[in-house]
Amino acid sequence: MADVVARDVRVPARPRVSARWLAQRKSMVAFGFALPLILVIALLVVYPALYAINMATLNKSMQYHVWFGNFTFLFKRNTFWMVVEQSVLFAVTAVIFKAVIGFIVAHLVHNIPLKGQRKWRGMLLIPWVIPPAMSTLAWLWLFDPSYSAFNWVFAQIGLPQIPWLGNPYWARAGVILVNVWVGSPFFMIMYLAALKSVPEQLHEAAAIDGANWLQKIWYVNLPMMRNIIQITALFSLIVTFANFDIVKILTNGGPVDQTHVFATWAFTLGIWGNDLPLGASVSLFMFPILGIAAILILRNIRKRGNEA
Amino acid sequence: MTTATAQVGRRAPGAVQYGSIARGQRRTLRWSYFFLILFVIFFLMPPIYMFITSLKTSAEIGAVTNPWWVYHPTLENYVNLLTQKTFLTFFRNSAIVSVLVVSVTMVISVLAAFSLARMKFWGSATLATGVFLTYLIPDTLLFIPLFKIFAWIHDVTGIELINHWWVLIFLYPTLTVPFCTWIMIGYFSSIPKELDEAALIDGASYLQILTRVFIPVALPGIIAATIFAFTVSWANFLYPLAFTTSEDQLVLPVGIVTTLIKGDVYNWGQIMTGALLGAAPPLIIYAFLMDYYIAGLTAGATKG
Repeated sequence: MADVVARDVRVPARPRVSARWLAQRKSMVAFGFALPLILVIALLVVYPALYAINMATLNKSMQYHVWFGNFTFLFKRNTFWMVVEQSVLFAVTAVIFKAVIGFIVAHLVHNIPLKGQRKWRGMLLIPWVIPPAMSTLAWLWLFDPSYSAFNWVFAQIGLPQIPWLGNPYWARAGVILVNVWVGSPFFMIMYLAALKSVPEQLHEAAAIDGANWLQKIWYVNLPMMRNIIQITALFSLIVTFANFDIVKILTNGGPVDQTHVFATWAFTLGIWGNDLPLGASVSLFMFPILGIAAILILRNIRKRGNEA
Repeated sequence: MTTATAQVGRRAPGAVQYGSIARGQRRTLRWSYFFLILFVIFFLMPPIYMFITSLKTSAEIGAVTNPWWVYHPTLENYVNLLTQKTFLTFFRNSAIVSVLVVSVTMVISVLAAFSLARMKFWGSATLATGVFLTYLIPDTLLFIPLFKIFAWIHDVTGIELINHWWVLIFLYPTLTVPFCTWIMIGYFSSIPKELDEAALIDGASYLQILTRVFIPVALPGIIAATIFAFTVSWANFLYPLAFTTSEDQLVLPVGIVTTLIKGDVYNWGQIMTGALLGAAPPLIIYAFLMDYYIAGLTAGATKG
């Protein structure tokens, strides 16, 4: 009896139930596939990032809340304002130089015949491939106070010796130079890819209108590459702002904390100084710039998604 | 009509102007090569200088001679380092960590990217954006809270996580997983839907669609993501510097920086040799798989 009733109910409903069941099963499987990712992101990225905010409100031994105590302490220290200034100066200058050099080199590679481009591109990308910690050691040796290979060349051609890492201004220039050296190949590759997608007809049309090479770059290439230029610069701004390896190895923040950026200073305070909350407070200052850049990049991607 | 006039218009003064355009192009080409050579010198100078120094003895490095030339080349530094137990330990630690991180990352991100790009579930679109946002969170922001969390895990469970090389296996995925998932979503989304619908009608399960259709079709993307994951885990400097201190627990980049530089005594020949050997694995991979490397590089910012 029960059997009959059950069958009666089930028969007309079956297609609907099974379709829904299939859909449910599909999204269950999909969720299962994404579960490891969700766990990694939740436990190792999102939770620590939020925990950093909590940590920043604790005292040094992390026993009670001092709320904004760490921040008011930082605001009163000159070193903090120096680090803010240097982080911004470092990131902005380095990104501008990387973008300009990348733009120029991309055009140079684009100018030469197609069959040679691979070889040149291959050589020009090498600084990006070497682990930054390793290549910074080479720069440290090139900047050595007594055996600097640059100063040897300068001595040969009669230029004055440069105290590469000994003088605050030169040290600041030095860390920017190394960062530019590491990062410009990335810009070059991105801009070269963008250049390849500029239709050749536009250049021909510009040539017929009598545009010279500079006008072609300014009125044709630049507008066509605008999206890639923006997005590459934003990505690089994030990475450069959070840079650690180069400053840590090259100057370790010196001379007299003049070259510290947020990351290295946070490391010095948090790990070496054993004041984790203060270190966390310093590293949190990277959040605003990251947030702004993230919003801009997302908007850019969405806009492009709609156009496509 | 318009094309005809355009052709005529182009051809008529062409006879006169052709030579000057060709000359202009030749001049552009010559200048391009000239500046390219300058940039290549700038870009390759540090690695070349590393190589030059690595072939020198300490005596020659300290001598007042041309630093850009090797007068008495020797492989002494290479022999010394490659027979030194600590250096080989760094190499082994780095290799094990990188291989494991790459394997874990690829399994996690390929599964997740397949699910996010194709299967969709409640909240999957938000999660895809979330993956991208976490990719923007740098290690320099995460290392302090992670350090504290690991210390806390030690207090609660008694498992010591700090100062062990294998702890890096848990740390590096914070950098590799979001990016690899992000570019795999891009690659998987570009596969035509008809392909997996056909497989579905033939009765394939989702896992079969992934392994028999998606992975073979998106293989270039998988290679690019693998290379990225390897490069990142081989090169990372901050996590091992913060989390490991004992000499036998260090990985290559930190090992070279902390053990070869002893106080104020810099043995530059050995440091440069170590740095060059440390840079070798990514460089070798790059030399053989340059096109995949570049594809991965450009995909990160443009796909999605």
